[in-house]
Amino acid sequence: MMQIPCPCCGQRDETEFSYGGESHIARPPADCSDSDWADYLYFRDNRKGVQAERWRHARGCGLWFNVLRDTATHRIVQVYPITAPRPAAPEGAG
Amino acid sequence: MAGPFRLVAGGSQIDRARPVRFTFDGRPVSGYAGDTIAAALLGAGVSVVGRSLKFHRPRGVLSAGVEEPNALVTLGSGARRTPSVRATVEPIADGLEVRSQNAWPSLDFDLGRINDLVHGLYPAGFYNKTFIWPNWHTFEAAIRHMAGLGVAADAPDPDRYEWRNAHCDVLVVGAGLAGRLAAALAAQVGARVLLVEGAATLDGEWNPPPGVHVSLHTTAVGVYDHGLVTAIETRTGATLRSEATPPRVRQRWWRIRAKQVVLATGAFEQPLAFAFNDRPGIMLADAARRYLQRHGVAIGGRVAVATNNDSAYRVAFDLRAAGIEVPCLLDTRTAPDVALLERARGAGIEVHSGARIDHTWGDRRIAGLEFTRESRGGGGPTRVRCDALAMSGGWNPVAHLYCQAGGKLRFDPHAACLVPDGRLDALHAVGAAAAQFELHAALAHVRDTLDRVLAALGRPAPTEVPQWAQVPPGAPPGATGALGDAGPARRNRAWVDFQHDATVADIDLSVRENLVSVEHVKRYTTAGMSIDQGKTANLNVLAILAAQTSRSMAEVGTTTFRPPFVPVTLGAIAGGRNGRFYRPMRLLPAHAAHAALGAHFDDYGGWQRPACYPASGATMAQSIAREVRAVRSAVGLFEATPLGKFLVRGTDAAEFLNRIYANTQRTLEPGRVRYGIMLNEQGVIIDDGVCARLAADEFWVNTTGAGAARIGAWFEEWLQGEWPGLQVVTTDVTSAWATLTLAGPRAREVLAALPCDIDLGREAFPHMHVRSGHICGVPCRILRVSFSGELSYEISVPADRGHSLWNVLLAAGRPFGIVPYGIESLLTMRIEKGYLHVGSETDGTSIPDDIGFGTPVAKKTGEFVGRRSLSLPEHSRADRLQLVGLRCTGEPAAFTAGAHLVEQVSGEGPAQSCGYLTSACHSPTLDQHLGLGLLRRGRARIGATVQVMHGGVRTQALVVAPAHYDPTGARLDG
Repeated sequence: MMQIPCPCCGQRDETEFSYGGESHIARPPADCSDSDWADYLYFRDNRKGVQAERWRHARGCGLWFNVLRDTATHRIVQVYPITAPRPAAPEGAG
Repeated sequence: MAGPFRLVAGGSQIDRARPVRFTFDGRPVSGYAGDTIAAALLGAGVSVVGRSLKFHRPRGVLSAGVEEPNALVTLGSGARRTPSVRATVEPIADGLEVRSQNAWPSLDFDLGRINDLVHGLYPAGFYNKTFIWPNWHTFEAAIRHMAGLGVAADAPDPDRYEWRNAHCDVLVVGAGLAGRLAAALAAQVGARVLLVEGAATLDGEWNPPPGVHVSLHTTAVGVYDHGLVTAIETRTGATLRSEATPPRVRQRWWRIRAKQVVLATGAFEQPLAFAFNDRPGIMLADAARRYLQRHGVAIGGRVAVATNNDSAYRVAFDLRAAGIEVPCLLDTRTAPDVALLERARGAGIEVHSGARIDHTWGDRRIAGLEFTRESRGGGGPTRVRCDALAMSGGWNPVAHLYCQAGGKLRFDPHAACLVPDGRLDALHAVGAAAAQFELHAALAHVRDTLDRVLAALGRPAPTEVPQWAQVPPGAPPGATGALGDAGPARRNRAWVDFQHDATVADIDLSVRENLVSVEHVKRYTTAGMSIDQGKTANLNVLAILAAQTSRSMAEVGTTTFRPPFVPVTLGAIAGGRNGRFYRPMRLLPAHAAHAALGAHFDDYGGWQRPACYPASGATMAQSIAREVRAVRSAVGLFEATPLGKFLVRGTDAAEFLNRIYANTQRTLEPGRVRYGIMLNEQGVIIDDGVCARLAADEFWVNTTGAGAARIGAWFEEWLQGEWPGLQVVTTDVTSAWATLTLAGPRAREVLAALPCDIDLGREAFPHMHVRSGHICGVPCRILRVSFSGELSYEISVPADRGHSLWNVLLAAGRPFGIVPYGIESLLTMRIEKGYLHVGSETDGTSIPDDIGFGTPVAKKTGEFVGRRSLSLPEHSRADRLQLVGLRCTGEPAAFTAGAHLVEQVSGEGPAQSCGYLTSACHSPTLDQHLGLGLLRRGRARIGATVQVMHGGVRTQALVVAPAHYDPTGARLDG
């Protein structure tokens, strides 16, 4: 079971959190093509390696935040605010 | 007291002053305190302890530990019956009932043995190849009856289980010398140490130093993400007893967070692969030595020894020193170490090098063996009489936890075993678990590793080595001989997995059938599966596979190690979360009042809610009909507390809700209420409810009861992640307010009978309005909304006043004929009214237009969540599923939710589904079966008839508008 450092409450067990999917998915403008909109809705990188994703401390403070997590090893590389851009060159990113 | 095989002296682990009596298959057996079941049975001369899975061959004890594949027994009876317990680990206790498994009618005479006589019919993949016509299901029931070991208890487990969460600096797994040294060194520099050991007793005397917590009979079984280690502890003295024993905590499920983990798990001795290597009396060599030294038990009076490595010499010497005959020591290697040969000669043990066993005989116990020598004119086969055989096929580190953590193994050709590669940061194998098989080197390896472990914790290297850990260097072990070297003959009688009856020939066959991946071979032959998990059945398989496919051991690789390392009782994983405590039960504020009224409670979204209130002798259907009629004709009272309730406050509250709802909310005036639906970004309906504007900057938002937590998270995701500029605070107040609904044509009169500072007049407080005030002096918030279709007041008061308000309303309503009604009655009324329930009338594809809500959404100006998706082509298809009402007009005159709607069908052949019934009930008001459904082009088909099919029964229904009752809403104002 992973342990995730909530920016507000500190290190907690994974069971306190809920997963919100891949982060930084740019929403295209409303006048985009249907195909671009479908890409936005349904297509994800699903990468093996460091991925930016949204988590919420659902059974804690309720905060939504971003996590850089290695999907192969489950290593948490970094946590950062939900509205912040993906950190430039995190350690081990790729 | 001593049985035929119990020596008169010796046994470091037993207390001869404390005899223990138990039964094996009903027969009394005695042993001593400190014995395992296996030790006591061996001491009593019991050679056959079980039957094998496929061929039902008699099997005896193979090992002295957790790796045991044969001596799996059932303990206890009735509700406490526990199958497939390892007799080699479980301590004996007075009165313990032990039973053998997989033998019928008895262990001595097992009819299943007939499988063994025709063993040629049962190659690997037998089931897959044989039971294919007409299909597997024809045979499944009979095969399932024959398959498997032991039978689980069929009554609820009377014992308790608990969880234990532990945190430490260093977790040491295994309390052998290496583990003890690791624990002592870590504690010496102040680290908090937890030492877990699977055996129920420590071998020999050892007082753990301060700072080391030792938990015995505790087996680490799994390593999970971020280093979580789980372990199963069986409480000493809690061995299963009769059904009369009172419940107690039987096992603990440990969840351990350690900064560093040291695996001192040792190594498993491997069996040799030779023909008929499975007879009772044939045992792993070091197990023979352990029974001798720890229990004073001789496995036989004349014990032959066979080996491919140096370690079995020590066993032979110890047996000899205890006065046991050792007729021969067969070494598969052609040139064993000269010093060992010298010592064997001195002990009077005849060593045959380059010797391979070709055959053994004896039915209930080995009676002799035949071997040939490879070279130097060994002559023909030699026969040796013996009543036991101690074998050693080399030693393999116990690396299960290391591999579970993602660690890799490398093949060590000298020791012929798979060794952890030492590249994990927080998990380290030491001693024999790292293939350090000589004691001095093993302890030096522990010291080196602990320096690194403690440095990682920022602690200094320990300086003192306990005296008991200071041992002189011994001779380094010589190279181990070939693995899995079964010889050319009778390979179908040379076992590699004793439990599953997998033989060398099965591996040969799978290679011939072109299965070369080790994972495929494992599944095809079942070798190493189930209880073994790569303990004694893995290494030989890999070696045979490597030889058969001309690959190296590195190229063959290993199978994947997964938790748990040993079987774990499901009850232990559940712990206290069982029965009533499975999850927290949510009770309504007026629960006691409902119970006093004889409510029939059920679970609705985690809440215990009254389904209805059956009068004495009434069925649920009768009760629902009575309650519905009362609400429609007079007045009823309902507790609606689980309804999701949110306060949305702030200067941008209206703007926020306008974006979240698919219909316009910004224009809602204070004091008014509006129905709304929420969509996800795919345009699909995710929730509905009403939204009441309390003030310019304050809204009271109702969500569905089941959706409250989900919608709360949804609000926050948008506020925190997408629109952080909006000045809005949301608060889930669901359980802060009790909500009671007063519904029916006389509801206003009931409410008016109570002291209330809100003007209840028809014009002053119309439908779809909200008022705040006081009722009986208690602050309240009243919404004029209705899910029943009748005049209705939804009254919310602080939760702790809910119970008294319930009683007050019921008393005030008595002159008007008030009845309490349950949720099933409410659901019946909402079907009559055609009100949808998100999740019943909608699914993961439903958009607003599908439920007849297209116009308010289309008219809305401005952005809202899901808007862009509504214009995708899929969402304007003409043949979408649309919400309609359905009235049962055929025979039988009833239908159930989930039934398929099909076109008028003629003739035979499969009918094409064109929708389904989403809700159905018998309407007490209209005395007819009514339903709601999703039907293709539904709105265009109003007035038509469709077929309704469910469970092979067909009836028909008239398609109507959703509102079956009072379609104009005339009754809403009373």
